[in-house]
Amino acid sequence: MSAFFALIHRDLLLAYRQGIDGWVVVLFFLAAGILFPFAIGPEPDAMARVAIGVVLSVAALAALLSLDRLYQADFDDGSLDQIALSALPLELTALAKALVHWLSTGLPLLAAAPILALMLNAPSARYLPMLAALALATPALSLLGGLGAALTIGSRRGGILLTLLILPLYVPVLIFAAGAVGFSDAVLPEDATNRGFGAHLLLLGGIDLALLAITPWATAAALRQALRA
Amino acid sequence: MAELSFDNLSLERAERLVAEGLSALVTSGAALLLLGPNGSGKSSLLRALAGLMLPAAGRIAWDGADIAKAADAHRARLGFIGHQDAVKPGLSVAENLGFWAGFGGGDVKAALAAFKLANLADRPARFLSAGQRRRLALSRLALRRSALWLLDEPTTALDSDSRQAFLALLRDHLDGGGIAVIATHEDLGIDAQRLTLQAPQKSVRSSGAAA
Repeated sequence: MSAFFALIHRDLLLAYRQGIDGWVVVLFFLAAGILFPFAIGPEPDAMARVAIGVVLSVAALAALLSLDRLYQADFDDGSLDQIALSALPLELTALAKALVHWLSTGLPLLAAAPILALMLNAPSARYLPMLAALALATPALSLLGGLGAALTIGSRRGGILLTLLILPLYVPVLIFAAGAVGFSDAVLPEDATNRGFGAHLLLLGGIDLALLAITPWATAAALRQALRA
Repeated sequence: MAELSFDNLSLERAERLVAEGLSALVTSGAALLLLGPNGSGKSSLLRALAGLMLPAAGRIAWDGADIAKAADAHRARLGFIGHQDAVKPGLSVAENLGFWAGFGGGDVKAALAAFKLANLADRPARFLSAGQRRRLALSRLALRRSALWLLDEPTTALDSDSRQAFLALLRDHLDGGGIAVIATHEDLGIDAQRLTLQAPQKSVRSSGAAA
């Protein structure tokens, strides 16, 4: 188990030392989100209607940014060989890497989301539902992203391939996250609203748990394949 | 007495045959030097012996038991230094070693001393020279005892002092009953078995390498 935490500690330390990664993700998130008001037009109502959707989809895109280095750096410098030869099972390596990705990307996005929502004039009633949905959606993004990163190790233009591979898998996560937020100010009786909101959050949590059960094994298989090639 | 053996091994990389007909047997306290031109499959053989790569044909055994059948036990006895250094430029020398120590246990101080890295301990690895990086990679071998060393061009970029330090560490390992398989272009000046690898002919099946 100490190897598991040693890996998380090292990767977080490297992410912190490099400094840029976390900030690049947040800055990309804000910059890409800011494009929308220019394209959609200045009417506050139009913006308010799409604001949360913009925050959620831009967050999904931003989560892709740092993925291509998740395993590639360790693969290129031989560290992945050493990790694969250590006592730490590759399944736990995959879990540690997904956790590192969430801590260095998902968490900053969560912190930046209200800022972007404010800039996009999102209705204030939707802030908390949006954060709840994002808190449950970002772990899924990290787990799926880790799988994609492992699958594209060593391929040329891995970053593009990774995006094409993973974005379709992000769709269900986005649907349920947006669904949850959508219920938060629906013109429905309060009872129905709460149930709809809760149901979507539960589905998101279900996705998280299913991915937690599946992706470490799939990612480890992809890593083994990459090391054998 | 432990022994590592491989028999009639064929190795493929990206569906291309890189070596075939490799056989050898190494026992406790002995070293096996892998010789041969670039591209003759030395690195692939080391990766196969580590269990990172599966041989296309043939069998690798430790004490007669197939390593693929006891992969965890095999990994636990390995000290593998590939041709890449596995050094993180963003960490200091001591942090790099500390990470690997946290990974499988080991004594960072002793490892630093083995290649006289103690005075570089706090230096970020990005400022190391190629030889210093190699020393840092090799010092992982001194973290803990392992029964089997698999080394890919260990002396690349080393100055003569560090070479001597490496040879001393190697002799210590062999005297302690360890086994070492070393791919090298240099004459290490140690008493060792030799296996010369040849790149396989494209269409003609070569007779393989002689032990």
